[in-house]
Amino acid sequence: MSKVIKVDYLARVEGEGNLFVELSDGRVSRVEVGIFEAPRFFEAFLRGRKYYEVPDITARICGICPIAYIMSSSRALEKILGAEVPEEVRKLRRIVYLGEWIESHVLHILMLHAPDFLGYESVLSMARDYPDIVRKGMKLKGWGNQVISVVGGRSVHPVSCRVGGFHRIIRRDELLPLLKGLGQARDYARELLEWVLKLPMPDLKRDVELVSLRGVGEYPILEGRVVSNKGLNVPEDVFENILVVEQAKYSTSLRYALKDRGHYVVGPLARYNNNYDLLDPEVRGVVESYGYGAPLHNSFQSIIARAAEVYHAVLELEELISNYREPQQPYVEGVVRRGVGAAITEAPRGMLYHRYEINERGYVINANIIPPTSQNLASIEEDLLALSDKLATLNLEEAQWLAEQTIRNYDPCISCATHFLKIRYVTHPKP
Amino acid sequence: MRKLKVAVYKFSSCDGCQLQFLNLEDELLQLSDLIEFALFYEARRFVGSGPYDVAFVEGSISTPHEVELIKKVREESKVLVAIGACATSGGIQALRNWADAEEYKRYVYPRPEWVEVLRYAEPPSKYVKVDYEIRGCPVSKDQLLSFVLQLLKGKTPPTLPVDSVCVECKRRGNVCVLVAKGIPCLGPVTMGGCGALCPSYGRGCYGCYGPMIDPKPDALNARFKELNIKPKEIQLLFKQFTNWSKEFRKVVEEYE
Repeated sequence: MSKVIKVDYLARVEGEGNLFVELSDGRVSRVEVGIFEAPRFFEAFLRGRKYYEVPDITARICGICPIAYIMSSSRALEKILGAEVPEEVRKLRRIVYLGEWIESHVLHILMLHAPDFLGYESVLSMARDYPDIVRKGMKLKGWGNQVISVVGGRSVHPVSCRVGGFHRIIRRDELLPLLKGLGQARDYARELLEWVLKLPMPDLKRDVELVSLRGVGEYPILEGRVVSNKGLNVPEDVFENILVVEQAKYSTSLRYALKDRGHYVVGPLARYNNNYDLLDPEVRGVVESYGYGAPLHNSFQSIIARAAEVYHAVLELEELISNYREPQQPYVEGVVRRGVGAAITEAPRGMLYHRYEINERGYVINANIIPPTSQNLASIEEDLLALSDKLATLNLEEAQWLAEQTIRNYDPCISCATHFLKIRYVTHPKP
Repeated sequence: MRKLKVAVYKFSSCDGCQLQFLNLEDELLQLSDLIEFALFYEARRFVGSGPYDVAFVEGSISTPHEVELIKKVREESKVLVAIGACATSGGIQALRNWADAEEYKRYVYPRPEWVEVLRYAEPPSKYVKVDYEIRGCPVSKDQLLSFVLQLLKGKTPPTLPVDSVCVECKRRGNVCVLVAKGIPCLGPVTMGGCGALCPSYGRGCYGCYGPMIDPKPDALNARFKELNIKPKEIQLLFKQFTNWSKEFRKVVEEYE
């Protein structure tokens, strides 16, 4: 017989998606992860805007990772303007970006993803049985938001960032009070990582190309070459040239593959595997004490990579904030001129590519944005196909939940991808 | 006390306003003793059926599907609250209202014929009665919490501050970016609530809380002209996150 898993409205993801899984003869015969999030046409209305407006506008693609949009767009435009930001500004960018990683990752680990591993419908239900870790996680997330707010003015759609740096100098005396909460944040981040390392872990092994930036001397966030576990190694400027773009009828999000290489995955797992040596030794120590290490090949273990990155972020923030020196100038201007610039930064969900073309008066002529979730869509479906045998043996309700959890492994941001998700799980009787 | 039964819906938007509920963090856990998030897809798998005491709606209405959904939300909810710039004015995606929607589809999608949208992205008030509005891109979580607590205490209508950004800026003791530095700023015509964030970070207000009550944007428009700001750049200033609001739209039209 054939059965159908159909989820009209995927929960605990950012944005609107659905899932349709069809099983016939004990095999998954069709998987569609659809996005019915309304298209918002950002690339289209960016044309005719001034280059300096782009970071604030693209921030509105996603309320969970606005810093990522601000940073990828700023860096792409700075390449055109020839604006090289000084080290102090770059470090401040890293501070606010790490704040966003903490806020976004803890939101996902604790509020969206962990309830799946323990069989709760939400963090609100999970909090009754796990009050301590939930309370500590909320505090930790709050500290991440505080980092963003101090640097950016507010945590959602911060206002201080601009092409070339920041609108004004962020003073050392504004940042230092963050250190008061740091001891607690460090303890809670370590506890959260240990809690995650003890979670029951569904099995899923799939040979997939994991793509991320490769850091130089530090864990990658703002820049780096594009690398993979299968030997890919290219500069960010040519990344778009090695992509094939696809559109599915059931989805308002585009999807991507690597030319001659196939579908690939971006995100915390890719970053962690490709840069394990650059994680703080303290973080690696905790991970290894629970029998894990690198590489991790199971997409359910992305939750481990996220928690490792949160602990790393807190440790690095301690150093960055303590050693922060105010820049001489809050930003560099550069020269407005005709040109094309592309840049990739590591959003919490993975590589975020932006390319802009501007004219001699600084107006945008062309824009292209490739968010992480769009890049992962095809692989999410392939994960569901790989779970075929298991999905076929479970009852419909259990199968649906496992399918949803598999999707949530990718922390899909549908708002970003619509530039993501409907689960319909269909069952046909066996012929 | 019976818990307040709340639904949180998202339409065309970025998730940032409903995220502010989750950003309440500690307070969210306390709040969940007083209100039941019966429907909140971003936070819960569980879906409780209507009717609801209050629906918080994020996002603008931009597809035929969304028109049907907002009507259903209205029928199922005693009180409908529009939260954020998209739900109160159309938001950033209303920028497409000024252009050719078909050309936009062709620009973004290889198969434009698969993409179905309305001609205009507009606030829910275009289609249904909206009881209250909370402004901002995003809404402030403090305003959101204040609003919910007032509802819980039975205060109707719940009230939020209505001063302009300009007044908030004076109160904060900022040096005026427009007067002292000649930086174009929408603070004099924009609804406060943010605490004059942008001027406090050395830049002009970009109007994300939308027009204040009786904003007189013409006077500010005239001042920008005196400062020799290029017409196109003045237009872009009003044509941002609340471009489709009645008052800002008028200024944008002047420069079309």
